[in-house]
Amino acid sequence: MRWLNSLLYLLRSLSLWDLLRGLRLTARRLFSRKITLRYPDEKTPKSPRFRGLHALRRYPNGEERCIACKLCEAVCPALAITIESEERADGSRRTTRYDIDLFKCVYCGFCEEACPTDAVVETDILEFHFERRGDQIMTKEDLLAVGDQYEEQIAEHRKSDARFR
Amino acid sequence: MPDWMADLSVWLRVGEILLGAMLILLPLLAVVAYYTYAERKVVGFIQMRLGPSRVGPRGLFQPIADVLKLLTKEVVLPAQASRGLFLVAPLAALVPALGAWAVVPFDDGLWLANIDAGLLYVLALTSLGAYGIIIAGWASNSKYALLGAMRQAAQVVSYEIAMGFALVGVLMLSGSLNLAAIVQAQSGGILDWFFLPLLPLLLVYLVSGVAETNRLPFDVVEGESELVAGFHVEYSGSAFAVFFLAEYSAMILISALTAILFFGGWLSPFEGTQLAQAVPVLDSGIHWWLLKTAFFMFCFLWFRATFPRYRYDQIMRLGWKVFIPVTLIWIFVLGAARYTGFTG
Repeated sequence: MRWLNSLLYLLRSLSLWDLLRGLRLTARRLFSRKITLRYPDEKTPKSPRFRGLHALRRYPNGEERCIACKLCEAVCPALAITIESEERADGSRRTTRYDIDLFKCVYCGFCEEACPTDAVVETDILEFHFERRGDQIMTKEDLLAVGDQYEEQIAEHRKSDARFR
Repeated sequence: MPDWMADLSVWLRVGEILLGAMLILLPLLAVVAYYTYAERKVVGFIQMRLGPSRVGPRGLFQPIADVLKLLTKEVVLPAQASRGLFLVAPLAALVPALGAWAVVPFDDGLWLANIDAGLLYVLALTSLGAYGIIIAGWASNSKYALLGAMRQAAQVVSYEIAMGFALVGVLMLSGSLNLAAIVQAQSGGILDWFFLPLLPLLLVYLVSGVAETNRLPFDVVEGESELVAGFHVEYSGSAFAVFFLAEYSAMILISALTAILFFGGWLSPFEGTQLAQAVPVLDSGIHWWLLKTAFFMFCFLWFRATFPRYRYDQIMRLGWKVFIPVTLIWIFVLGAARYTGFTG
């Protein structure tokens, strides 16, 4: 039956059967729903676990949560965090310096995992940029400012994710 | 008639021809511009994207932005290139692609020139366009461009023959080389169009047309993944734009010719029926030609979005070992059918 098979093959190629099937597929796609997202106007939904720009949080009474335990500094795989601390007049330990180099940071989220007081967190902010060399090092003031500005949102995200932690 | 009047009538005739050429070319250029937009939209839609959608409503001003960009960019002349040929090449590609429109009949009596050897003229000009590409590749003095030019030369030799043979079939059925006469020979309704008796030749013509204009899946001449950009690697700005223009007007020309040679040009599929007499829009007219041409223009984009690029040796095999035998056999069948009186 070899001659029959080759005859069928010949008919199949001469009738352009496979090509027509391909054309049918693309013609269907022409009318299918488009998946393009017109980015600045439309955005994909983000998970509350999204790991973006960092922030340092405060307690409701205004006191910083960070107790300078340096667990985040220790766990950071990219060595992006630098912390210096001192004893304050009331005897508590607080940071004098808390820098995150966002060029080194790999956004792994280990710092917020390690933090015993939920002080350092990663927000879901992903649209940020730097215009001068050196701006990428977020100082303690910068991080606290981010935290102050987005505290409501941060708290909400922590709360929605709390039962999985 | 005094001399000055004779002179005047000559000049009037020249003016008339120039006006006619403008009336064809200016809409053609506009169509080319929006054909690029249509291409990006259609290919995008097939890939489930939106295509250009930012410049103007639904991206409709995108071609204008593209033209402005191309025209304001610098034309870089490679130091080792052959200056004269390098600059002539884009024109050598463009002029035949535009010149062939002179004999295209848009409607009954609506054409710039109605010459008796119209089919030969069109065939000659569509082949001439390849020389622009060959010259461009050679004059650039770049290895990629030269490889593209060599491929073009081989491709033209292979597909020109099959294309010519496909047109021989049209010639045998219509008995004329005049494009308007070819359309008139197809009158009588959709079943009298040449695509039915010439189906294999139509396919060969269409595929050869795609190969002739270096469109995917036959774009080995440009072959981004192999030759960077092939024959036009060294071209930029308006010189590149001219190549672009030539390629797209050649595509539109092939679509227009397919409509004319195989699908009855301006003739309506309902020609002669009561329906056509009752509803004037369904009767023959330029809109039918436009519709058919637009369909084949769409096919070019559809093919591009569907088929991956042929390998170079596969293209040669297809041309020499499939198309030429198929056309020869079909010409023989047609001849036998005519000789035995099987067809009119």
